[in-house]
Order: sequence, then C-alpha cells, then structure tokens
Amino acid sequence: MAEEREIAEAMISEIHKKITDAFDVFDHEYNKTVDVREIGTIIRSLGCCPSEGELHDILAEIEDEEPTGYINFDRFLPTMTKVLMERRYRPIPEDVLLQAFEVLDQEKKGYLMPEQLTKFMSEEGEPFTQEEMEEMLSAAVDPDKNVILYKDYVTMMAVEAP
Amino acid sequence: MGCGSSTTTVDYSLKKSERAMKAAILIQRWYRRYTAHLEVRRRCTWTIFQSIEYSGEQDQIKLYNFFSSLMDHFTPSNTKERDLITSIFSEKEINEEMELEKYYDFENIHLSEGYKGPHLCFPLTASHAAALVEAFRHKQHLHARYVLQLLLETWKLLKLMPNINRVSTCYNKEITVCGEQMITFIYCISLKICPSWHNGLPSVEKPYIFNGDYVDRGKDSIEILMILFAFLLVYPNQVHLNRGNHEDYIVNLRYGFTKEVMQKYKVHGKKILRLLQIVFSWLPLATIIDQKILIIHGGISRSTDLDVIATIDRHKVCYVSAVKQPKRRKTTRQGQRQPGECCCGINRNDSSPVPSTYRSGSDSRPLNSISKGVRLSVDKELERCRKQVGLSDDTRVSLLLSESDTEQYEASELENAEWKQVVDILWSDPVNQEGCIPNVVRGGGCYFGPDVTKEVLEKHNFQLLIRSHECKQDGYEFCHNRKVLTIFSASNYYEEGSNRGAYVRMGPDLIPHFVQYQSSKTTRKLTMRQRVSRVERSAIRDLREQLFAHRCDLLRAFEQCDKTKKGKISLNDWANTVESVMQLGLPWRILRSQLVPNTTDGHIDYQAWFEHLAIEQPIKETPQSSSLLETLYRNRSNLETIFRLIDSDSSGLISFEEFRQTWKLLSSHLNTEISDQAISDLARSIDFNKDGNIDINEFMEAFRLVDRNPRCPKHALHYFGSFCLT
Repeated sequence: MAEEREIAEAMISEIHKKITDAFDVFDHEYNKTVDVREIGTIIRSLGCCPSEGELHDILAEIEDEEPTGYINFDRFLPTMTKVLMERRYRPIPEDVLLQAFEVLDQEKKGYLMPEQLTKFMSEEGEPFTQEEMEEMLSAAVDPDKNVILYKDYVTMMAVEAP
Repeated sequence: MGCGSSTTTVDYSLKKSERAMKAAILIQRWYRRYTAHLEVRRRCTWTIFQSIEYSGEQDQIKLYNFFSSLMDHFTPSNTKERDLITSIFSEKEINEEMELEKYYDFENIHLSEGYKGPHLCFPLTASHAAALVEAFRHKQHLHARYVLQLLLETWKLLKLMPNINRVSTCYNKEITVCGEQMITFIYCISLKICPSWHNGLPSVEKPYIFNGDYVDRGKDSIEILMILFAFLLVYPNQVHLNRGNHEDYIVNLRYGFTKEVMQKYKVHGKKILRLLQIVFSWLPLATIIDQKILIIHGGISRSTDLDVIATIDRHKVCYVSAVKQPKRRKTTRQGQRQPGECCCGINRNDSSPVPSTYRSGSDSRPLNSISKGVRLSVDKELERCRKQVGLSDDTRVSLLLSESDTEQYEASELENAEWKQVVDILWSDPVNQEGCIPNVVRGGGCYFGPDVTKEVLEKHNFQLLIRSHECKQDGYEFCHNRKVLTIFSASNYYEEGSNRGAYVRMGPDLIPHFVQYQSSKTTRKLTMRQRVSRVERSAIRDLREQLFAHRCDLLRAFEQCDKTKKGKISLNDWANTVESVMQLGLPWRILRSQLVPNTTDGHIDYQAWFEHLAIEQPIKETPQSSSLLETLYRNRSNLETIFRLIDSDSSGLISFEEFRQTWKLLSSHLNTEISDQAISDLARSIDFNKDGNIDINEFMEAFRLVDRNPRCPKHALHYFGSFCLT
C-alpha cells in the first residue's frame, strides 16, 4: 500500500513539474501569473486536446470571481493536475480524424478542394479565424494539384503532434 | 404517409448536420492543439535567443566594472609612465574644431589611383546621398578620406543641436519613426521586391526619426552610418537621430563594430573610430513630437526629468561610454587612492543606483566585492604591466595626475545624477509590474512599471512614449495601457524568420499607423511550422555552444548529483543542475528533448551527452589545458574586448607578452587561477604565423565553436511531437 502511495505521489510530483514548466514559459513577469488568453495554449501543450467549449469550462473553474485578465498559478495547478490525472481531453486517434475529413468528402475521392475545406472550417463547429484558415491551407494544400490530400496531411501532422 | 416520410427526411438531415458539426469540431480541436505546440516552441526559441543576448550584455558590464575597479587601485604615477589601463580610459577631449581638423587632416589623405568608389563633395546634396546609397548597394567601398570628412561635417552639425529634438507635424506631414536598423532595410531592399513596404528615402516631404542602435549588427554598420549621416547633412530638419546604447565605444568593442571598421579601414581605422566616438557622444538623446510624444531609445526611470536632460553637456556626460560611470580620482594628503564606486550602480540589494560620493577620511566600500587577495595580486600584476608596457602613442595624452598636481576634487553627486539620467534613457526596459528597479539583466538602466510611465508622462504632459531596444515578434508592441510603444525595425533579428520588423507613421492627428515586414523573400513562402523550425534550429545551436563552453562546470555539478556514480542522473536533476550552472532562466525540461537525444527510463547518461554536444576544437585538449580552453570559449567576447583595448596601435596583432597580460587580467576578473605554463603553451600554439605575434582576428576565428553534427532537414521531424511533455 505504501509503495502504491509512493508511486502515486511520484506521479503527481512529475505532473506538477510538467505543469509548472509549461506555465513558466508564458509567465513573462516571473510572478506566477499568465495572461488568460494563453491558457488554451498552455493546456494544449501539456498534451490535451480540448474543444473551445471545453476550454471555456476549464477557465470558468480557474478564473477569479472578478476576472482580471490574468490566471494565477495556484488556481491553475490543482485543476490542471486533475485534468491530467483523469486523462481528460485526450488527443484524437488518426483514424477518427480521417473519418472527420471523410464527412466532407462524401464521394470518397480521397481529396478535398480548398474552398470546400475553407467553407466547412469557417462555418461549422467552432469556426476558424481567417488566420487559422490561411495557415492550415498553407501546409495542407498540395501545391501542384491544388487539392488537399487529407490522408497524407493527417499522417504528416500526426507524426508531429501525437 | 406524407408526414411519415418527411419526418424521416428531417431526422436524417438533422443527423447529417450534427455529424458535420462534430467532425468540424474534431478537426478544429486537433488543429488548435497543433498550433499551440508551435507557439510554445516559438516562445522557447525566443527566450533562448534573448537570454543569451542579455547575458552577453550583462557580461560586458561586469567586465567594465572590473576595469573600473582596477583603476581605483592604481597608485599615482608620474606623468612619464604610461599606464596600460588608464590610457585606455582617458582621452584628451579635442573639442575645438580647428584642433579636430588638424588632427584628422583628411586633406592629406590622398585617394589612390585605382579608387572606384563614390566621391563626396561638401556641402552634400540629395543626389550625393542617393548616389551613396546606390554605391553601397553595389558593395562599393567609401574611401577613408570621405568617411572622415563626412564624420567631421556631421560632428559640426550635431554640436549645434540641443539634447532634445523638437519636431512638429504641421504642414500635414507624416513622420516616420523607426527603431533598429531601419536604414538597412531602406538600402537593402530594392523597390521591385516590396513596393508596399518601402517607405522611401528621407526627404523634405518624408521626415524620419531614427531611434538609435545603428551599428553592431550585421556586416555593414559603417555603411549604414554613412548613409544615415549623409541624409542628416542633406536634410537636417527632417532627419532626427536619437542615441542608442550601441552608439557607445565600449559596447562596440564587444559587438563587432570596432572590428568591422578596422577590417575595412586598415590604415585610418583608428582615426575613424576616434572620430566616431566623438560623433556618438554628440548624438541627441531624445526627440519630442508636437510636445505630446516622447521618443527615446531605451526607456525611463522614476527620476527621469527632461528639463534636467535638456541642460546637461551630453558630450561630456557620456563622452566615451554610457557604460562607464563618471568618477574623478581623489588623492588624499598621503597620496593614496581611496577605493570608490566601481560599477554602473547595479547591485541587486541596492535599489538606488546613484552611488555615494567620496568622503574624505572615510572608507567607502565598493559595491562589487572583490576579495582582498585578488586585489593584491591585481596590484602586483598592474605594477608589472606598467613596467613592461611603454606606450609611445603620442596621440594619447594621459590624464594621470602628476606629483606636482595637488588639486583634489570629488566626483559630484550632480555629475552622477546626470549620468544616470542618460543611462536610464538608453538602457531601460518596461515591465508589467509596478515600480522601478535596476535592470540587472542588461546591467544598466531600470525596469520601469506602468506607474512610472504614468508619472513621468503626466509630469511632462505627454500622451505616448515610443522606444526601441527590445526585439518584438511582430515588430512592434504596446504596453502600459498603450502608453508605451516599442518599435523594432530589424526583421529576422535573431535568425532568418525569427521576427518581423515594423515602423510607424504619424500625421498631425498623432495616430500611429504601422507597417510590418519581413525582409526575406523565401520566408514568406514557408509555413509557420517551417519558420519556427528554422529559427529553432538556430537557437538550439547557439544554446548547445553555450552548454559546451560550460562543460567542465556542468560535469562537476553532475558528478555531485550522481550519488550512485554510475554516470547517470535523473531528468529532474539534469534540468535543475543545468539551470544552476548556466543561469539563463530557460525552460530546460521543455527543451530537453532537443538537447538530449537519448534517455533511458527517465535518466540521462551525462558523459555520453557531452560527447553528443560534439564540438570540434582547433587545439588538442589535455588535462592541463582543458579548463583554460573552456574559459576561453566561455569568455570569447570578453577576451576580444580586452585584446582590442590592449592593441593600442590597432594593428590587429598583439605580442605574446600582451597576450599573457590579457589572460592575467581575465583570470583576476573571473577569480580563477590560470598557470603561466598553460598560457605560454596556448600562445605558442596559436601563433599561426610563427612570428611571435598573435593575430586577434585569426585567434577569434579559430575559437569560434564549430558544430560537428549540424542537424540536417531529415531530422526536422525529430523536433516535432517529441516536444510534448510526455
């Protein structure tokens, strides 16, 4: 039992360190606060893949009653620890992602037109900003054929961001 | 019937749009996580570059403090003795125009027969200036004679200017304000490539304010200066220059401008540098637009008072260097020197950088703590230096007090206060925390908070402070409730793709309009991922160099940590140890995957890691020489600074003896022991020409760290996902 507890404690300690490091990257003033707009980036860099809605929920938990625009580390740590311990918002497996693309590609051609993807991403779900859209297209569009070979794209991106 | 089928249809279409929404969210979630990763990498890379840069600046100041403290321990010598360090610091001011012209005597500098570079004749016209820009674009070389002449004319003009330029936006003119190196951009980019970015050359219709730091980056600093000064001479009412912290002799020694001038102008370089010192000291300190906007290079402090700044003798207050604090030597009746203030006033525990004055009879402690032992050995060494070095350079006039000179005077509080006003303006940085504390990272100026900004701006009735001094990702950034604007005009400052540059235009409404750019054609076609990777590779390379240069200390520290003596330590210990040695304040755990390729169950084999860092060295390392070599790598910049100071005739060569003296000085500064034998061996091995002299440039080149394992593109994937903290 004691050993189990030790292992659990060690795990929590590791998690705490990871959270601290990620937080510190954005703590520009070295005073254990970060701009609330960076919280999404921090959480995602810790391996989580929440939707904007889910992010909003997390924020509601950690923000002060009177939002100051800053998040304190001591509010962030316990919530984030729980998120990591419970393995919430896990990344999406490659095959599930492919299926999502196939929703668009009804004819199962294997590729999408940039306009199609743009319309979809900018209108459905939690829409992309123009910047996000442009950035995605710049990497996704095959320059020769001017289409998005989404299977290749997913494969390429999946290696980079497991 | 009808109802039944329509319900099914409706159901199906609902399901479909719900599916679409779910799919969209999935893709969006996934994509946003990916970009978050990129953002973290980019941020880390930035931190690496910045911390290495600032720690270099801090190093510089520490070195200078050391020199200052050395000076304090001189015993007075007679006028015949030339003193190595003193002659570096004391230059007789040649302020009279006639004297200057006679000294520089460019009339007698004849152009060689084959000179194909541009010709200047004074007074300069706009077409001369434009032709100069074209000539430099075609990589032509401006003759020393013209350089000196141009500098002299610039000096004459600057002398007439007040400390603070006042500019107006009447006549519906738009004023352009640029930070670092805007001039490079102007002359590098041809109109064909980026017509929308190009703001055009200065003219009567196009006034400019340049906010300092014209030199020390890139290889064309002297050409940039020439263009800048040429336009200043042609349009003195439309071109306004502020002094930056790099318009400073001591800073230039370290950061490469001095070297550049000496390489391009072998015969007259020294004269050019001296005249530049004078010109820099006459650069105005601030510019005000419409009495509403203050433009200075660095920042402010709580004590910043423009009325005081307006009245000081700017060329005297910071004659040679803003880095050097003014002091006068004080001799007591016994002829003994008093120890005194010896640093730029930076002390973590001391919140008021203004030093105390000398008090006769009492012992004022220096803020640096230099152990008594070191001081004594330094004294001995200086004695020896003085005996050996007989400088016969008659252009240097020592300000040493002769025995017959019994005048006593003190460093005045007023002088120090004035000096602090200027240093604060050139070196300070804004932070989000309230208050005003010494800027220990840079080593000069302050960190000032929003309250200080509010106070100072209100005091002078300003609405905005525009400054430069810090590189910004997007070229510009507001802070302090949009009361402070940082404008940084050098794109790709750290590396190709690292940041954009920006400048700002304002009309009579004083509303800033920004223009951002990135000056490389190829960068625009790269995806964000590729840009981040490229800059990151460069940062990691720099960081590995730093790590390698500290490996003896790191090894020692690892060994202390390694209780089992198996050659392995935990990741956690690795991160903590590295930070305690390097003191760079970097997120080591996040960077670990890029610095340490192999780990076995959470542990790092540190010996193997050093081998992996693999830097090729020009000299075989022996147990005796290893710590010497490491000191060398780590202090390359300091060494170079000292070399160039010693190289009094600017020949680029120093003798073995001078080399040895340099090492002695450096080891005192660093409080380490370096054996004579090791130094002699090193000296002999780097006498590449075998003529008893060491070529400074060859020496510095030889010890530029060469990375044996450059990362090639196929490893780029390595940098991707493994960035995650799992």
